[in-house]
This record gives sequence, C-alpha cells and structure tokens, in this order.
Amino acid sequence: MVSENLVKDVVSEPYKYGFVTDIETEKISKGLNEDTIRLISAKKEEPEYLLNFRLDAFKKWQKMEEPNWADLGYKDIDYQDIIYYSAPKQKEKISSLNEVDPKLLETFDKLGIPLTEQKKLTNVAVDAVFDSVSIATTFRKELAEHGVIFCSISEAIKDYSDLIEKYLGSVVPANDNYFAALNSAVFSDGSFVYIPKGVICPMDLSSYFRINSGDSGQFERTLIIAEESSSVSYLEGCTAPMFDTNTLHAAVVELIALDDASIKYSTVQNWYAGNEDGIGGIFNFVTKRGKCLGKRSKISWSQVETGSAITWKYPSCLLLGEESVGEFYSVALTNNLQQADTGTKMIHIGPKTKSTIVSKGISAGNSVNSYRGLVKMGSKAVGSRNYSQCDSMLIGDQAAANTFPYIQSQQPNSEIEHEASTCRISEDQLFYLQSRGIEFEEAVSMMVSGFCRDVFNQLPMEFAAEADKLLALKLEGSVG
Amino acid sequence: MQSKTKVLDPILEINNLFASTEDLPILKGVTISINPGEIHAIMGRNGCGKSTLSKIIAGHPSYKITKGEIKFYGQNIQSLEPEERAQSGIFLGFQYPIEIPGVSNLEFLRVATNARRKFLKKEELDTFDFEDLVKEKLDLVKMDSAFLSRSINQGFSGGEKKRNEILQMALLEPKIAILDETDSGLDIDALRIVASGIKKISNKQTGIILITHYQRLLDEIRPDYVHVMSDGQIIKTGESDLALELEKHGYEWTDNFLKNI
Repeated sequence: MVSENLVKDVVSEPYKYGFVTDIETEKISKGLNEDTIRLISAKKEEPEYLLNFRLDAFKKWQKMEEPNWADLGYKDIDYQDIIYYSAPKQKEKISSLNEVDPKLLETFDKLGIPLTEQKKLTNVAVDAVFDSVSIATTFRKELAEHGVIFCSISEAIKDYSDLIEKYLGSVVPANDNYFAALNSAVFSDGSFVYIPKGVICPMDLSSYFRINSGDSGQFERTLIIAEESSSVSYLEGCTAPMFDTNTLHAAVVELIALDDASIKYSTVQNWYAGNEDGIGGIFNFVTKRGKCLGKRSKISWSQVETGSAITWKYPSCLLLGEESVGEFYSVALTNNLQQADTGTKMIHIGPKTKSTIVSKGISAGNSVNSYRGLVKMGSKAVGSRNYSQCDSMLIGDQAAANTFPYIQSQQPNSEIEHEASTCRISEDQLFYLQSRGIEFEEAVSMMVSGFCRDVFNQLPMEFAAEADKLLALKLEGSVG
Repeated sequence: MQSKTKVLDPILEINNLFASTEDLPILKGVTISINPGEIHAIMGRNGCGKSTLSKIIAGHPSYKITKGEIKFYGQNIQSLEPEERAQSGIFLGFQYPIEIPGVSNLEFLRVATNARRKFLKKEELDTFDFEDLVKEKLDLVKMDSAFLSRSINQGFSGGEKKRNEILQMALLEPKIAILDETDSGLDIDALRIVASGIKKISNKQTGIILITHYQRLLDEIRPDYVHVMSDGQIIKTGESDLALELEKHGYEWTDNFLKNI
C-alpha cells in the first residue's frame, strides 16, 4: 500500500538548531575526581558549604550504579571521557548585557531568544544558559520590584545562601539516584527562582539551555521556591548542535510550593536527537521533582519531549500538604532510532491530595516510546484521588510503544483511576482527510495535534503553538 | 450511451476500467461518462463494485487500476494523489464517514475549503470569513453550529454524519460528486434534508453520481440515467424508470441481463 512507501521515503526535516557557535571557551580537562569538583567549585567561587555538598554527593555517586531498569539500550557512558566544565571566555565580571560577547547574543538570537534590551521578548523573562554558565537574565530589575528573584543558581549560591542551604537537595537528595548524585557533584549552572509570599509573578519566567560543545556534559540545576499564596509559570527550552558523538545531559530540577502556592513548569525539549541511523544525539537523564509542602499547594508539570537520542525523565510530585494538587501533562514524540522512557511519579502523602496524569506518546520510525509512571497512596492519604490517562499513537509499523504503570496503595479510602489506549493513524482516516483536499503531511499533523490536544491546552499559549509546529516538523516525511 | 447535451465535453469519463485490491479483481471493465448537469444513479447488489468504483475515482490507495482509464475534463487522473483530485473538484461522499478524534470539525472544514479555494486561485478564508460561509451552508443541511466544535464525525449519529458529508460538498463546490449510499441509514426526514441539500448544491456545471439501493432517494432526486452494476460491470443502463423496474423485480431480474452479455 501507498503508506508503506511513504514510511520508507523518510525525508527528515533538518534539525534547525544544529549549528555550533565558534567561540573561545575555557574548558577543564576530561575526567572526574575530587579535584575536578574542587576545581569547578573554585572557578565558581563557591562558599564552603556548597563544596561540601558536592563532595558528599560525589562520594555517594561513586558507590552507586547506573540504573538499568528503564527500557533503554545505549552504549556505556565513559564518565572519565567527559568535560565537566566548559564556559565561553568572557570578562571577569559582566555588569551589563553590552559586555556579553556578541557571538553569544547572536547565538540566542538565532535560537529565537533575543536577550538585548531592544529585542528581548516582552512578556517573558529569560535566563540564558550556554554550556556551563548563565549568560544573561532579562527583566531582573522589573521582577525585583515585585520581590521576585530570578537569577542564575551560581549567583544565588553567593547571594541567597540561606535559601540555597535550606532548599538545595531538599526535594531531590544527592543520593536520590545515580544521575542526580552526579549532577549534585558537578552541576555548573541553572536558574534560581524565588517568589515571595502573596506575589503572583507578573510575567512568565523562562530558562533556555544551550549545549554548544560536543565533548562536555551539561549538568544544570534549577531551584524554584514559591512562598505562601504565590504563583509562577516557568518555561524551559533546550537545543544543542548536531554532533556525531553523544553528549550527556543530567539535570536536576527542584520545585517547592508552600501553602496555597502554585508552580506551573513547562518544558519543550528539543535536544539534538541524532540522525536517522541513530548516530549522535543527547543522552538526557533528568530528575525533576516538585514538593507540594503547603496546604492546597499545586505543582503542574507539562512537557513536550521531542528531542534527545535517549530520554530518561520522570517529573514527579510529592504531595505532602493537605489538599495539594499534582499534575503531569506530557507529549513525548520519538522518531527514527530515538528511545524515550518517560512518565511521572505522584506520591500522595497528605490527606485529600489530588493528582492528574495525562500522557500522550507518539512513536514513529524505529523508535521506542515508553510511559513509566508510579502512583502511590501513602497510609495517611485519606480521600486522595488520582486520575491517569496514557495514550499511545503508533505511526508506521516499526515503532514501539509501551506503558508501565505502577500503582501502590496503602490507603483504602483513596481512589486511583487508570486509562490507557493505543491507536495507529489509520489509512482510512488519512484517506478521508486527503479526499477533502488536505495534503498528506498536513493530514498527519492535524491528527497528531488532535491526539495531543489535552496536553497542548495546558501549555502557555506561545508554547502551545511552538509545540504544534515542532511536532509537525519532527514528523515530516516519516509517516505512513 | 446517448447524452442529452452532446455539445458539452464530459466531466468524467471512465473507459473500460479494471481494478483490483490485493490481486483480487473487483472492477471488470466499467465504462461510464458524465456530462455537466447530469445525475447518474448506480444501483446493484452489495459487493458488485459500486463502492470500489467510487473509491477508485477518489484515489484510494488500496486499489490498483490494472486496465482502462479515468479522465477528468479529458485528463487522465491515475497519477494524481487523492488530495489533488479533491482540490481539482472531485468529491466522494462516504458511505461510512470516518471518525477522527481530536480534530475539530470546523478546522477540518476550513482547511479543506481553503485547499480547494487555493486550487481555484481564490483567496483563502480566515477564521471569521470562514465561519460566515459555513453558517450559511449549515442551513442547507439544517445542521446546528454545535456540530462545528466537535471532533470530525465523532459521536455523530448516522444521519448527522451524512449531513456533514453534504455540508462538505456544499463548501467544496465540486465539479463531480460521487455520493456513496448517502441515503442509507437515514430516516425519511433526514433523507429529504440531504436530498434537498444535494439539489441546491448541484447546478448545470456539476455532475452527480448517486450510488444507492433505494428508489426513495431517486424519488427526491430524479436521475437522468440509471446504471445497474453486477460483478464489476455495468450490465444495464436506462433512464429513471429503470430504477422503478428494479424496485419492482429486484436484482434477480437483472441477472438475465448478465447472461445476455
């Protein structure tokens, strides 16, 4: 049938963020030992408590083993063959954007994230991270007027050490898992957000992570604290150049929501995925977790995962506060030889806590796309409820989709609901749309967007449009 | 076949068409010609190849033409994709309209309409202009605008699905419409709505093929010609009274024609 030929006739859209910025960088030598960690900490002029945090994490990491329970296959990562710190050479202290290397500004311009005063996005504040360092954070002054702190985590470590000491590692402890331990030992930069009591953050905050060098890993760390009755919407974007080697990305994101606070965290992940033969691409091992500490607090994760050769990622919620709410909305798209093992954990600890999981997995080409999720009702989670919906869409006949739901309940007075479905874009559906004059590619893209609608509705508006386009691009020519 | 309007070139000409699916021959030499303004009815038992013929005209990928040709305004359309055929004015009203969850009916209708308009070198319609147009067409099939915000055909009753097909026909303004059992599953009222919709849309420039089992649709829309199909061939062609005879005698009566071929 015609569609089979079309599957074979894969004309992949070139990855449009695949360029490399030619810039002088300061890199430390490959390899990882205690001295590497001391060196990173010294370069960042960190206080001693942080060096100790890192060294402690490193000791734990050395005793841990790389997890292998996920449905992923990849060649062993040589942790001694990675550069753990790489930064574009800049003046010692940058006081304004004018002193930032124009090449860096140009890079972010090209990525659609202009940083300069004249061109910056008007409705969203951006923290731009390039390899191991934060380049610039826009709208800091305006945000400060509301008491909102938005800066790189390196600055926060120096300037807000009380908050860092109190919260860093409080959601994802250093020994949580292998990759979190590695991140805790070597993390370079990332974003820090603090929303004071009663403040509704006046604009969306956003971090843009750019990997530029091929031989260094990126280990960013993000910490967001929402005090009582505050709220914030945070967006995260990521891209990387095309290299034929694999680059390791192991990030940790921690969110803390106090009484009546709400955090909405949205990601569009578009790391380089490797070529159609599976050469190159980012290995993306990420630990993201939010703690609903306060009563009626709410943490909502929404993610659109389209990139990376390997994705290992489970944004989770610890629902401690009474009546706290956790949400996870996810679209994961894999094509060619990509592998994704992604999902969430909703841990209901407090009474009357609620969680919603909506996961949409789309697998095309020869890819493998797995949903893995845990819903746990603790013994005190009286009257708590979960609703999970996991849908998979298969495109072509070589792709695989898996669903691994784990359900544990220690509380009989709680409800867990799980729905799952798998569908394939049918030839009849495609023919129907085509017979109304709609081009094949557009027909597929309409159906994929339709499939993802529940999740896209949760994304901030400009993100939703971007996500829609991104999926269409990723699927171009790959469908049948 | 005699045509009443010989001066005009036919819209659609099918010459000695043979087609198969998965090596199973379905059409075994179909010849038919539709002139502007004509309404043709094709009748015949289930499995005689009526639906296959309609799908082949629309370009369904599951069927392979093994011999013969289909010409649309004199041009062989065999190499055209289904969307190209639709854009140029070929419309297939589905016997079983397909449900597509998540895709809004309104968006679908707009994209389809604009694809056709683009082909006709007409300006594409934005959301607001399109809504005006679609509301006007909704009246033709007495549909409520609530249908527009639902997913394509999802949860529609049989009658609603068929009316949605006619709505699409009204928006796309095809040159030739093949309506595959548009009357099946409709009650009398719905049948009248659909029939009057079809009549209002068709004009002297369009051709219509009605595939049906029942006289009642043909009471509403009087065909110029009636063709009886059997085992992948047209075994008899007549004027509208042929349908009445068929109704009276049943398809067994037509088996005799087959023997005579």
